[in-house]
Amino acid sequence: MSDYNFAYLDEQTKRMIRRAILKGLAVPGYQVPFASREMPMPYGWGTGGVQVSAATLTPEDTFKVIDQGSDDTTNAVSIRKFFEKTAGVAVTEETEKASVIQTRHRIPEAPLREDQILVYQVPIPEPLRFLEPRETETRKMHSLEEYGLMHVKLYEDISQHGAIATAYAYPVKVADRYVMDPSPIPKFDNPKLEMAAIQLFGAGREQRIYAVPPYTKVVSLDFEDYPFEATKADHACDLCAAEDSYLDEVILDDAGNRMFVCSDTDYCRTRREAGHVGRLGEEVAA
Amino acid sequence: MYVAVKGGERAIENAHAWLAEERRGDTAVAELSIAQIREQLALAVNRVMAEGSLYDPDLAALAIKQARGDLIEAIFLIRAYRTTLPRFGVTKPVATGEMACDRRISATFKDAPGGQVLGPTFDYTHRLLDFKLAAEGEVAKAPTAAPRNEPTPHITAFLRGEDIIQCEPESEATPGDLTRTPMSYPAGRDIRLQSLTRGDEGFLLGLAYSTQRGYARNHAFVGELRIGTVAVEMEIPELGFAIEIGEVELTECETVNQFAGSKTEPPQFTRGYGLVFGQTERKAISMALVDRALRWRELGEDDLGAAAQDEEFVLSHSDNIQATGFLEHIKLPHYVDFQSELELVRKLRREAEANVAKQNAGNEDAGKEASQ
Repeated sequence: MSDYNFAYLDEQTKRMIRRAILKGLAVPGYQVPFASREMPMPYGWGTGGVQVSAATLTPEDTFKVIDQGSDDTTNAVSIRKFFEKTAGVAVTEETEKASVIQTRHRIPEAPLREDQILVYQVPIPEPLRFLEPRETETRKMHSLEEYGLMHVKLYEDISQHGAIATAYAYPVKVADRYVMDPSPIPKFDNPKLEMAAIQLFGAGREQRIYAVPPYTKVVSLDFEDYPFEATKADHACDLCAAEDSYLDEVILDDAGNRMFVCSDTDYCRTRREAGHVGRLGEEVAA
Repeated sequence: MYVAVKGGERAIENAHAWLAEERRGDTAVAELSIAQIREQLALAVNRVMAEGSLYDPDLAALAIKQARGDLIEAIFLIRAYRTTLPRFGVTKPVATGEMACDRRISATFKDAPGGQVLGPTFDYTHRLLDFKLAAEGEVAKAPTAAPRNEPTPHITAFLRGEDIIQCEPESEATPGDLTRTPMSYPAGRDIRLQSLTRGDEGFLLGLAYSTQRGYARNHAFVGELRIGTVAVEMEIPELGFAIEIGEVELTECETVNQFAGSKTEPPQFTRGYGLVFGQTERKAISMALVDRALRWRELGEDDLGAAAQDEEFVLSHSDNIQATGFLEHIKLPHYVDFQSELELVRKLRREAEANVAKQNAGNEDAGKEASQ
């Protein structure tokens, strides 16, 4: 695809996106409007993440893409191929080896390093959107730090269900200022948002970029008597026996049998190669 | 034994190969050429150009062929191609008053300079399937007349003379570009019109229809509807003057609407405006009605809470490429999110059931005590 510029976007556009990224890093959690381009993949399928990755990648980078924690889900494959073709960068499935990781709905289990960048695909960047559909209103609420509505919602959850009924895209407060949508990651992943790597969030259709710089304070919203709790299925991985990883539930038959496996396929593979065997796993030949 | 889902890459390749085969259809049937689509499905081509925001009939025809006739998919192909093109500059505003009209009608005056020209319209055809078209057959040549050489004046210009229709404020300001700046609200009328002209025809039709049925009712007369070609002129910095770089076919609709007037302003007609690439009449009229409904604030009307009056609602939902992308993304795997909901609902159910059990036990105890 020599007809296209490195990483598809033209340099002007990449510069515009980098400016938005820098602004986002300077004001952690603030949603920076940017002139999102139409990409050759549909809106809602990672165009924000793709544009942020395109503006971030250099020819020396090693790129990894995951969707639902897995490198081999169809959309992850499609995005990885896109950059292989348009940027010619090295790609990997190993979290360890990647310098830029684009993700949808998960944070890798292995802790990320300072020399890594995690790029999130974001469908609805506005954490207040489901409480107030108008952008004009929510922007005002952010600028006035008026987050009462969100706390009322969480409180109503408790009074109705006895617990905060948000399981993913669980709202966080970044650097004691902005309430931010961490993208639809399971709340299990929220504690990992305080990390050594740079985290960039791209919402293409909604034309917003935001960021969490390394080692920034990120607090999941809660109440003193109803503290935030990162939850997962109460099982160990049936392939690698991990007890600390987020699990997917797989239906095995129509008799109700289930198995639970790591959603982070690279984490699972690494553990199995290191000799861990779960309930239904097999020894990996060394 | 479950094997972690692998093989996405091959599945994608095979799916695409199958798609290509399906697109072609039965190879015993002759393949469609781009020229055939361009010439014989011209209204589909026009819609793709209008909503794709790119005036190129051949590319639009190619997109329709590639998209198997799915026009939104074709529009998407055009949009994605369009963003890769460099932007050389801005043309001068097209002079629609100079349009070489194929069609020009007014619903407000029986006749006016330039006349009523029906042009190639479906209006007044009886919608009976023409089985002759099922067999191939040549079409008889339509009668011709000498073209009108002088420009056809706008109908609203006659009302302007009488000062009975509102004047649009003149401006030399460079209009915004919604493809280069993120949308913010309130949007100016320039951005609003840009957004409407590339907006989904069906969505705008529905909104326009809703205003006719009373949701922010503002009765619209089609002051004028014209379809034809206009010259596109651009000032070339090296030359220092404007030259014609091509021509485009446009549909323009100006509606004349009532306006009660205020203490300071005498009653006056107001207008709504639609301008769309190609012969796209339904879209241009819809656009004019929605434009007019969105002008309630500047014209001092009441906000009736109607959808068509709500700028943020209309503009943020009119783009069918954004809409279809987001709508269809729910086909993508969501099992991580779903798993977390599953865990949550199971937990909440366990707790609720425990509560009910406790309550029942309590009631039974209370019942026993009472009976003792």
